[in-house]
Amino acid sequence: MTDLLAARSQMAVSLAFHIVFAAIGIGLPALMLVSEALWLRTGRDVYLRLTRAWSRGLAVLFAVGAVSGTVLSFELGLLWPRFMEVAGPLVGMPFSLEGLAFFTEAIFLGIYLYGWKRVSRGAHFAAGVVVALSGAASALFVLSVNGWMNSPTGFIPGDPGSAPVIDPVAAMTNPFWIANTVHMLIAAYTATAFGAAAVHAWRILKGADTALHHAGLRIALVVGAVMALLQPLSGDVTARLVAHEQPAKLAAMEAHFETGSCAPLRIGGWPDEATGTVRFDLEIPCGLSLLVGHSPDAVVTGLNDIPADERPPVLPVHIAFQVMVGIGTLLAAMGVWTGVRLVRRLPLHRPLWFLRLAVVAGPLAFVAIQAGWVVTEVGRQPWIIYGVMRTEDAVTPMPGLVVPFTAFTLLYVFLSWVVVVLMRRIARMEDAEDAEWSGGSGDSGAAGEAGA
Amino acid sequence: MTLPEAVAGVTLAVLVLYVLLGGADFGGGVWDLFARGPRARRQRDVIAGAIGPIWEANHVWMIVAVVLLFSAFPTGFSVAMTALHIPITLMLVGIVLRGTSFVFRKVAPPPDGAESGWQTTFAVSSLLTPVMIGVVVGAVTVPGIGYENGVVTGGFVRPWLRPFPFLVGGFTLALFAWLAACYLVLETTDAELRDDFRRRALAAGWAVAAAGALVFAAGWAVAPAVVEHFLAGWGGASTLIGGVVGLAISQGAMLRRRWGLARAGTVATVVLVLVGWAQGQMPWIVRGAVTIHDAAAPDVTLKIVLWILGLGSLILVPAFVYLYATFKGRMLLPGGE
Repeated sequence: MTDLLAARSQMAVSLAFHIVFAAIGIGLPALMLVSEALWLRTGRDVYLRLTRAWSRGLAVLFAVGAVSGTVLSFELGLLWPRFMEVAGPLVGMPFSLEGLAFFTEAIFLGIYLYGWKRVSRGAHFAAGVVVALSGAASALFVLSVNGWMNSPTGFIPGDPGSAPVIDPVAAMTNPFWIANTVHMLIAAYTATAFGAAAVHAWRILKGADTALHHAGLRIALVVGAVMALLQPLSGDVTARLVAHEQPAKLAAMEAHFETGSCAPLRIGGWPDEATGTVRFDLEIPCGLSLLVGHSPDAVVTGLNDIPADERPPVLPVHIAFQVMVGIGTLLAAMGVWTGVRLVRRLPLHRPLWFLRLAVVAGPLAFVAIQAGWVVTEVGRQPWIIYGVMRTEDAVTPMPGLVVPFTAFTLLYVFLSWVVVVLMRRIARMEDAEDAEWSGGSGDSGAAGEAGA
Repeated sequence: MTLPEAVAGVTLAVLVLYVLLGGADFGGGVWDLFARGPRARRQRDVIAGAIGPIWEANHVWMIVAVVLLFSAFPTGFSVAMTALHIPITLMLVGIVLRGTSFVFRKVAPPPDGAESGWQTTFAVSSLLTPVMIGVVVGAVTVPGIGYENGVVTGGFVRPWLRPFPFLVGGFTLALFAWLAACYLVLETTDAELRDDFRRRALAAGWAVAAAGALVFAAGWAVAPAVVEHFLAGWGGASTLIGGVVGLAISQGAMLRRRWGLARAGTVATVVLVLVGWAQGQMPWIVRGAVTIHDAAAPDVTLKIVLWILGLGSLILVPAFVYLYATFKGRMLLPGGE
């Protein structure tokens, strides 16, 4: 393994690990606020218990997100010192703002998680609102930096001798910053909601058919449905922006080799870079031109018109894109089903096949986030700053990078396993407490209703 | 004062806050490791209760310091991250293990009250991290890292794998543990527990004095020019004297059980240590390799960063006060009671 590959792999593992907890850190406070608002409004203590059950999970998941985020902020320099030398002054503004947003989030999360008995109900809810808003703001600033790497602005290379001329505000407000943020925020809310739905569905299937899990499943599915149905709109905007800013990435996503109008949309398939062909795919004639240019005559640049040393690897980008869209479509279909059940006033915790599907859909929603990041980051290659600096020119001269890569991979695999075990234990503990709380009588009504 | 100096001053202030707040959280973990005797379990409960709601907010000071460093002094950041890759990676592993084991331990306590693996992980990583922070600071304080024509020289091991950085690591550990013990006496109303932490504070105070003297002597041995530079400035001698006086006040007050005064003496000593180090370090970020002026980003970035921190503190300071008033109300009262 070369040092460059080790550095890229370590970055990929660190991001893949962090993004799960970052998404939950954004999404879960929003779910908790819905539940807490229902408690404040209705006074039903099932909502209070649900909020507190979720907050036990959040305490663990947010901490893992905070420390893995710290690792990333150092890894930028540990692995890509030459990138940071150029990028630091340009992305310092969004990173400083992100620091402030994260600070606010951590302060009010302390109050939200540990202050139940120390502050008033109103102050507690307000602290939660601040946590949710500052989490979304953090996402905006971090995605602004990523957007800048994909569409660098504000960077005016001057004469070699003179000081570089830069415009950090232009860098922050690069073409991608809003579109990427909206796409990622919706993804975070969707994945967290379906993730929470999966936990509640799993407990109901395990026989804990309680009011707590019914309420949790309901809130999670409703939020997830709305978000999953909004995501295609955001995806359309983002894809058209990619077509404009990074034609090579779009061509790799779609495995589109020949430039031309009436470009087909390829669903599935196995692209072969060497021959420039795609096998086993389903082609929708003119589909890509319609999607990207909203007209069958729109010309879409193919990979053959991009210099060979500036093409991203097609296979992983195309496959990841298909996975993301495929899972997104499944979640949107589940959202429609949820909507139909709600309109017909049918319970969401039945039928059982839907619960089983929900248990699978939770992890899949996070797979979709990972796939989306593969599209963005692998699709940016061979550039670390698109069109400005190549990844291979940014890597540290430090030898033996396979060692830290292996160490962090083992650490993160281990921590992932521990988190899964702990989440299962928290869910079971809640059920044990729930049985004590209701004395076994509170659930009979819900179970009876479901059986009817 | 030039713009880079102003940003360097702000970075120092952020570092001071990190040590006073986040450093003490690591120190708490050290006392968890050394929890002994019939009250060991209760000592750990006090420590966990004291750290629980605030450690994540305290930790963000470190992230702010890093962001300041790479935004305002990108070359200094790159050089340090390249030459000190190994101790910084070890520090990060410590940070990850400390934070995760702390929350894991809390949500999944072993049923029989026995010590779990997380307990040990939390305590050991609380010890590893401060040592590595000190090693990094020690390595940039004495010559060893070079930077010529865009290439970092001096190797990836030699700059830090030597006695001086590790002495600074030990000193850092002693400082963090001392801070924690002085705060912990105010975290409980139980007289016995309070006395446990009082003994620890006194021991840590002596450890700080010994380690500080060792660092000073070792600095003189390996880099006399650095120590002379430090003592030549107005700040060097005064921070040195101030630090010794602060330590004496803290130890004296701790003996007489004047908790508030002891804590004030400790905080003052730690602030003076950092300010003294910084003024001795001027104008270097990495001694002999990069100065704050060489490394400074264009003025526009420095101004933006200062504005963001200035305006941001209008939100942050009240929020931090609210957090501490919510969880540490008793502790913040003058005199502690």
